[in-house]
Amino acid sequence: MSIIQGIGARVIAQIQEMGAMVLFLLRSFGWLFRPPFRLFQITKQMHFVGYKSTFVVILTALFTGMVLALQGYYSLRKFGSEGLLGSAVALSMIRELGPVLAALMVTARAGSAMTAEIGIMRITEQIDALETMAINSLQYLITPKMVASLISLPLLVALFDVVGIGGGYLVGVKLLGISGGSYWSSIESAVEWKDVYGGILKSISFGLIISWVCCYKGYFTKMSAEGLGKATTESVVLASVLILVWDYFLTSVLL
Amino acid sequence: MGLFSNISPFVESGIFEMGASIIIQLKGVEKTLGGQPVLRGVDLGIPKGDITTIIGPSGEGKSVLLKHMIGLMRPDRGQVLVDGVNIAQIHDRELNEIRKKFSMLFQSAALFDSMNVFDNVAFPLREKRLVSKSDIQRYVPEMLVRVGLGEMGHKFPAELSGGMKKRAGLARALVMGPEIILFDEPTTGLDPLMAHTIHDLILAMHKTFGFTAIMVSHEIPKIFPISDWVAMLKNGKILAMEGSAEFQRLSDPLVHEFISVPGSMAAS
Repeated sequence: MSIIQGIGARVIAQIQEMGAMVLFLLRSFGWLFRPPFRLFQITKQMHFVGYKSTFVVILTALFTGMVLALQGYYSLRKFGSEGLLGSAVALSMIRELGPVLAALMVTARAGSAMTAEIGIMRITEQIDALETMAINSLQYLITPKMVASLISLPLLVALFDVVGIGGGYLVGVKLLGISGGSYWSSIESAVEWKDVYGGILKSISFGLIISWVCCYKGYFTKMSAEGLGKATTESVVLASVLILVWDYFLTSVLL
Repeated sequence: MGLFSNISPFVESGIFEMGASIIIQLKGVEKTLGGQPVLRGVDLGIPKGDITTIIGPSGEGKSVLLKHMIGLMRPDRGQVLVDGVNIAQIHDRELNEIRKKFSMLFQSAALFDSMNVFDNVAFPLREKRLVSKSDIQRYVPEMLVRVGLGEMGHKFPAELSGGMKKRAGLARALVMGPEIILFDEPTTGLDPLMAHTIHDLILAMHKTFGFTAIMVSHEIPKIFPISDWVAMLKNGKILAMEGSAEFQRLSDPLVHEFISVPGSMAAS
């Protein structure tokens, strides 16, 4: 095989995979509107993706807010603008860091677990078993995970924002001694509805990216332990990269 | 002779004289996986109500053949007729209707590892909502007793031995009262005694429920006493299909070589 043939084959394979991913997404969502409606499965997945991610999200948010306040304080002090610390922390959190960091943490914690769980079910023929029982495996396994991620991510991001701003307050007000009143009033005057709306929009789209990529990689994993390990790694890397790339495009549209 | 006359020279003798009807028929089924031809024109008829065992060397595509019968795989060419309906070319929704006739016992048992044995067996009943909750509470333990797992309902698959997993898988396969059950190497990985027990269990359940059984197995000669029909897959085609006793007397050298392992019934 010549080099050109090799490159062509890889390009075709990539395009085929992209097509397969889009079909996977459309089919999974298509099953959302057909009975049986799997409310129990959705609730169970929300518990897994949302509730069980709260600790790691709170921890990440707290220290992100604290370090932002620390860095921001010394930068703003050069210009005598310490009073704007609250708005700097809040806008960074609500617009960018909240959605992106929460999504990356959920990818690492829940996304990798989704790939591994679905991949093991594929390898041990549990997905085939579902199909032989005339149960659509996309509807039973994938659709609830996607819906749960779409609902959970905005809630986790909201939590991240609140805790992050609180972390900034701890460092800025309690540790570095700026006025509490100016911290909160600068937030109130700087943060607009469109900032919050943009953050929510980002978090919903990140929820979709995480569940889509991680479920797809698990569902089509190669039938070996090595294949499953590779699928899990690929899902985390691809989802994380897509989150950052999509964040740039969405930010450029929203600004 | 009709349907079977194009399958192989060996099959002309038996089935139609016995009046068996065909529930699954494969016509010219071809399948290539990873660039490697696996099935190269399989013609096979499965008699209704009997136990048919498919044997053949490892890697010949026996499990692939079984997956074609239930629509888990679709052929590149050829037809798979279930009660006269070609499932190779129907929509998923219609395929799911056909699948209601089937159950399958997988090589690994394929129990859902997040559920205990009771919930695994009850799962298809709950999903299809064909019976009430109280009937499930009554019916599932009965089924577990039948397969010898009466006290194991609370255990999770990870806590079960290989034989117990197969029994639980069999209970799950039986619980919906299917017309056809596919067995993919039901005794692989089990010790000889447990393999014998599982074979006896399959035979007993077959006598009780009267389903059509299609089994893929390497267990020669143990499969002969429990099978009504034996077919051999070789080089991607059905080399021979005969009644169990007749199959052991076939003079074809490839068949003879495969079944004449030391200690086998055919050899003795």
